Parts: sequence; C-alpha cells; structure tokens
Amino acid sequence: MDIIPILSTLKRHKIASGLIILQIALTCAIVCNALFLISERISTINAPSYMPDDELIVVAAPGMKRLENPEPQTNEDLAALRAIAGVKSVTIANQMPFGENSNNTGVRLTGDPNTPGAVGAAQYTLAEDWLKTYGLRLQSGRDFLPEEYVAGSVVDPQEDPIVPAIVISANLAKRLFPTESALGKSVWVYGKQPQRVVGVLENLPISYPQPGGEESFGLVLPIRPSYRGGYYVIRAETSQRDAVLKAAVAALDKGTPGLKRVVRYQKIFSDMRSDYYRQDRSMVWLLGGVCFGLLVVTAFGIVGLASFWVQQRTRMIGTRRALGATRGQILRYFQTENFMLSTAGIVLGMAAAYGISVLLMKSYELPRLPLYYLPVGAVILWLLGQIAVWAPARRAALLPPVAALRS
Amino acid sequence: MIAYYLELGFRSLKSSRGLTVLMLLSIAMGVAACMTTLTVYHVLSGDPIPGKSDKLFNVQLDPRPMRDLESDGEPEFQLTRFDAEALLRDKRAGHQVMMTGANIAVDPAGSGKADMAAFFSRARYTSSDFFGMFESPFLFGNGWTAQEDEGKARVAVISRELNDKLFDGADSRGKTLRLRDKDFTIIGVLNDWRPAPHYFDLTLGAYAKAAELYIPFQTSQELKLGRSGNMNCWGPSPGGDSSQLASPCSWLQYWVQLDTPAQAKAYKEYLTQYSAQQKSAGRYERPPNPRILPVMQWLSKQKAVPSDIGLQVWLAFGFLLVCLTNAVGLLLAKCLRRSGEIGVRRALGARQGSIFMQFLVEAGSLGFAGGVLGLILTMAGLWMVRQNASPYAALAQLDWAMFGTTFGLAVAASLVAGLLPAWRACQVTPALQLKVQ
Repeated sequence: MDIIPILSTLKRHKIASGLIILQIALTCAIVCNALFLISERISTINAPSYMPDDELIVVAAPGMKRLENPEPQTNEDLAALRAIAGVKSVTIANQMPFGENSNNTGVRLTGDPNTPGAVGAAQYTLAEDWLKTYGLRLQSGRDFLPEEYVAGSVVDPQEDPIVPAIVISANLAKRLFPTESALGKSVWVYGKQPQRVVGVLENLPISYPQPGGEESFGLVLPIRPSYRGGYYVIRAETSQRDAVLKAAVAALDKGTPGLKRVVRYQKIFSDMRSDYYRQDRSMVWLLGGVCFGLLVVTAFGIVGLASFWVQQRTRMIGTRRALGATRGQILRYFQTENFMLSTAGIVLGMAAAYGISVLLMKSYELPRLPLYYLPVGAVILWLLGQIAVWAPARRAALLPPVAALRS
Repeated sequence: MIAYYLELGFRSLKSSRGLTVLMLLSIAMGVAACMTTLTVYHVLSGDPIPGKSDKLFNVQLDPRPMRDLESDGEPEFQLTRFDAEALLRDKRAGHQVMMTGANIAVDPAGSGKADMAAFFSRARYTSSDFFGMFESPFLFGNGWTAQEDEGKARVAVISRELNDKLFDGADSRGKTLRLRDKDFTIIGVLNDWRPAPHYFDLTLGAYAKAAELYIPFQTSQELKLGRSGNMNCWGPSPGGDSSQLASPCSWLQYWVQLDTPAQAKAYKEYLTQYSAQQKSAGRYERPPNPRILPVMQWLSKQKAVPSDIGLQVWLAFGFLLVCLTNAVGLLLAKCLRRSGEIGVRRALGARQGSIFMQFLVEAGSLGFAGGVLGLILTMAGLWMVRQNASPYAALAQLDWAMFGTTFGLAVAASLVAGLLPAWRACQVTPALQLKVQ
C-alpha cells in the first residue's frame, strides 16, 4: 500500500489534516458520551413499574363541602365504580406512582420512637382489592384479611390507633431482616402499637422512581383513605379504558348534589407515567439530534476538504495515471488517506470521550462511560469518513489523465 | 478599503457557493444550538426579583430531634407552624411573611358565574407582608393588613387570570369569592405576574406559576382549608392533624426582608437566641443551627435549575466547537485555493496586513450572514422548546440581551475561525505563486 507517500503528502498539509483530525476526535468524544446518555435515559423510561400500566385509571373527586364522616360516601363511590361495565376491580389509594404526591414514613424495629436508624419507605395506605387492582405479586405471605382494614378518618385522629397488619416490599424485608423471613415479625410504622408483617411483595414502585438513585423501599398499610383526599384506582380492560374513565367521572359527578363534587384529577396511568418521563424523553431527542448534527457537519467537513485536496492534486493524479496507476489505485489512495486521518482522530477522540465522561461524573453524578461505547463510536466515524470521502475520491479516480496533465 | 475588501469577499463567497453554504450552515447551526440552550439557561437561572434579591432572605431553623441528626448539619427545609407564628409575632425584621401553597376548590356559583362548573385553583395562604415583599403588581386594590391577619378576615386577592375567568376582567373589589362553601370578599386583583423561578416556594416545582388566589394564613387554618406542597413530620401529630400549632411538622415557607448586612447579622443572632430559648424550653433537641440565605444563594443551594439544562449548554458548546473547527478547515481550504490571487495582489504592492485584513473581512461578513441565519435557527429552536410540555417551556423567549449575544457570538466565532486562514494567506510568497502561474 501507498502509506508512505500518503504520509509525506499529509505532512505538507499539517494544519488542514490537524483540523480534520481534531474535528473527528471531538465528534467521536461527544457522540460516544451522547449515545451512552441516550441509552441511560431510554432504560430509565422503560424501567418496569410492575403494574398493568395500560389498564389503570386514576380519579380524584373531593367535594366542596367537608363531611365529618366521609365513609358512607366513599363506600357508595366504590360500589358505583365497581358497577361500571368493563371494570375488573377498584380500590382507593393515598398515592399513585408518578402521581401528584409522595407519602413517606420511617420503619423501626422497636417501639421506642427515639431509636435512631429508622428505614425510610414509601407509605401506601390502600383499601380492599388493592393487590388485584395494582396487579402486584406476593413473594410470600398473604393479602390483608377483610377484618384488618380500617378507615383513615377513624384511626388518624386516635391517640393510640391499632393497625395490626402490614405488607412490605421484598427489598425492605431483606433490609430489615437480612437473614430470616420477615413474615410474622413486628415492625413499628403507624401509631404506638406494632404491625405484623403478613405479606411480602416482589416489587412495589415508589411514587417518584429515580433510577440509579439510592435503593427505595415501600410498604402497604390496610388503612382506607376517603373520597376527601384519596385517589380511586380503577383497573379495566385496555380496550374499554377510555369509556370506563368517562363513565367513572360521570358516576362520581352525579347523585351527590349536597356535596358539590369536583372531579379534580382524572388520568390514565400510562399517561401519568409518560408525563413523568417527559423531560427524559425530550433529552433523548435532543441528544439524538445533536449526534446527528455532529455527524452531518463532520461528514461535510470531510467532503469539503477532500474535494479541495483532489482539486489541488489534479496534476499529481494525472501524473500517476499517466505512469500506469489504475482508477482503483487512485480511489484507494484517497480512501486510505481518509482512513488514516479518521484513525488518528478516533484515537484522540477515545481519550477525549473518557475525559468528558470523568468530568460528567463529577459535575452531574452520571455513571462512568462503559468501555464498549468506544469501539461503537470508532466504527461510526470510520464508516462516516469512508462514506464522506467516496464522492470526492471517485471524482479523482475518474479524472482523465490527459486533462489532468494539461491543466 | 473595507468596502473594497467586502466586495472582494462577496465575490469570493459567490465563486464557491457550495463551500460558502457549508460554512454558513456550520456556523449558524453551532451558534443556534448554543443560543437556544443558553437562552433557556439564562431564563431559568435568572434573578426573579432584581434589585431586591439580596435583601430577601429565606429562614431555616433546626427543630428536629437528635436521633435523626445527619452529618451534613443541614437544618430543616421549612418551618413548623409554631416557629413561624412565633417569629412573625416577634417582628424582628423589616418585613416578614409566613405562607404555604394550596389547591382549593372555587365555587363559581357563589363568585359571579352561576353556570360555570366548580374548579380547583392554585392558592397561597400567607400573612400580610407578602405583596409588598415580593413586589406583586396590583391591577386593582391592595393586599390586607396585619390587623386583618389577626382578625382572620375573610378577604382575598385574586390573579388577573382568575379575575378574567370569574368577572370578565372587571374591577371585582367588593365581590364575593366562594372557596369550597366559604365566602370571601375580594379586596385586590393582581396584574400578570410570573416570578421565575418560583423562588419563595420551591416545593410546588421550581418553575410553578404564581398562585391564582391569596387569602390570610390564619383564616385558612380556622376554616380548615387543605394545603399542598412538602411536609416533613418527625413525630405523631395531636389528633392526627399535622397542620396544628403543636404538630412536629415543617411545612411553612418563611421569608424576611433585611435591608443592610448589619440587619442580616442581627437577625441571625436573634434566630440563634430563639433556637437556644426553644432548646432550654425542651422543644428543640439540637444545638441552635439557624440559616438565612438571600434569594440567589437559596436557589443555587436548592438546585432550582434542572441539571439537564446545564448538560444541554455543555453539549451545545461542544457542537459549536466542532462546527467552528469545520469552518476553519473549509475557510483554510478556500484561502489556499486562492494563493495565486494573493500572489498577484502582493506583487502589485499589497502589504501582508492588507491581505490579513481582506481575509478577516471576508470571515466577518460570513459571520454576519451566519448570525442572521443563526438567529432564525435560534428562534426555531426556542419555538421547539416552547412546544415542550415542561413547566418552564413558556419562559423560553429571546430577550434583547440574548438577541445581541447571538449576533456577537456568530461574528466572533467566524472571526476566530478566520484568523488562522487569514494568517496563512498573508504568509503566501508572491514570487513562488507567480512562478507557478
């Protein structure tokens, strides 16, 4: 191959080759990091919620007038919602993942409220049928018994409320009881009396998931919220979801003139989820756009410079052709030249990519760039270089030797 | 001379259209990416109350028990109702305000529009100094007084938005506003007001819109109207009601206005004394640890600007750097192609300096055109940002400062890009070039 003549030619164009190498290096460095950020965001957006996202509807409908005993109205609402065609099950919750609010509490293993080291956990207080509605799976133990449910409006104001049972997430069980089963153990979460762990859930999403953040725990108490502050969660067939939402709103709206109800919140769970990750999604588009822009700019830079070089070396090409070089050899000359420039740029770019990654880790608490992104970036830029140089190189190869010599 | 160089420049730019368009696009795209992200950053990290932001201070106290003591020594984020009311009673600052956000149902049947359905509205329960301290502009009327705070008056100030909705923009002072089933008298209407960031209460989102209605804090508590925002409790509340005076829960924002550094120092001392007093009374367990932070420091400590925005700015500057390298390369190629022309000019007596100027003028005019194109692309970029559903999307507008910066950046960028080629051009040896020709 004609590496030596290429090198000696490039030596005469130090600045121009330096610029193209620099450009390829910068592009490589940014594209590697951007691709990694994109894949991070995509895995965040696609993280499982462990719930039937497409089947859930969330509605909140408080009243303008404050009822001191909200229980009858809540039960009426639940019955009305259950009666809607297409509804699989209904419950009422104090919070939903990706929702408007976040309730958290501390879990202790003693009755003394002054013990340090309580474990923080998302606190769900839910009514009957929550397990079916949320679509969560028990790893061990059982669901709450009907007699274990209590009304929030009754126990919340009590001096010494009694809530006997609790269901916790598997990671919380492991954190509290690393060596043994959590079932049947006592934990202190609500009030002065302990709760007994009756069930352990495989997974329980917290209200505001932060992938890559600290491990998050969750628990469920059998305390039924009321219509005043709770969210009705309805599970329906995906195909009938929109009709069910309409019917649910209508059911809650009518029949309670004294209360003056306002349907404050009505959303499909998959929309809540998609809203929650909106920022991440727009970041994916932005990063993708910048990658594309960088590659296009760099490609045009290569085309521009290669065209200039072809023009400048017309005489040389003519001489070589006249001395017997084939078109293929001329074509390969420019391709090899581009490959060498790209390789130099890529080597520099990999180092820069790593440097940028270290900086990002420091200032934005991002994970380190995995090494396999470097060859991916390298292949992309090699391909880009070869594609970009193809047209000018072909033009060079097609130059008739006579015309080249005459100029 | 400059005019001649300009003409030469235009002629050369015209003669190689492809390269010119490439350079132009390259500079314009780089500049537009930078300016779009910088404008968003500029808007989001701006001073929400210029001229006064160093006089308004957020107050933090540390009423939590010893058992949760963290190593960072950071006091509680908001105040308990007990502390907020005590500080408000003492009135040791020029102005002070305690408040919380809320979402409350408005009944239009009792407030002017009989046939409108009830709806929820963003509310703020606050003490009387709010309007003066945060300079909220009034369209009609005024806020309420400290006497009305204490008297739990049923008065309300509403936003222009709500006034338009309920009263079709008329002067609604004296009219009734029904919140849930309670009637309030409207005493003031605010003009359009969007402090960004929403610095005095970051718990509703750093770029939340300002509230639509304001009522005295004490009134809201007497009527048991619900609240919203963050609440942190470290023990059981009496009667399960965490907004009680005695509840160990922090949920109130507290701001003071201190006009001089001496006042700020005195106020901090007062807070230390207050904390010590609370500790000796047995209410506090931890040693006194009060903080007062002025607006901009408070915002940076709470990381109000989303970290993605900073990342975007860096990304855009990386993009600009690549675009510039590209432009330098192309300009250089173009210059060297014209070595013959330069040789002739030099032989006819042009100095090196003149050649240098000629090429800089050419690069500058390219930058000017790039600036115009960049500006159009920036506006398109900001339009795209505004289409986003994020809470700050509507804020992404180009102001005059950013308008000028865009132009400056484009011209500066292309001049920088033109330096190297121009220098190379004036190095051309005339004799050699003429011989080749």
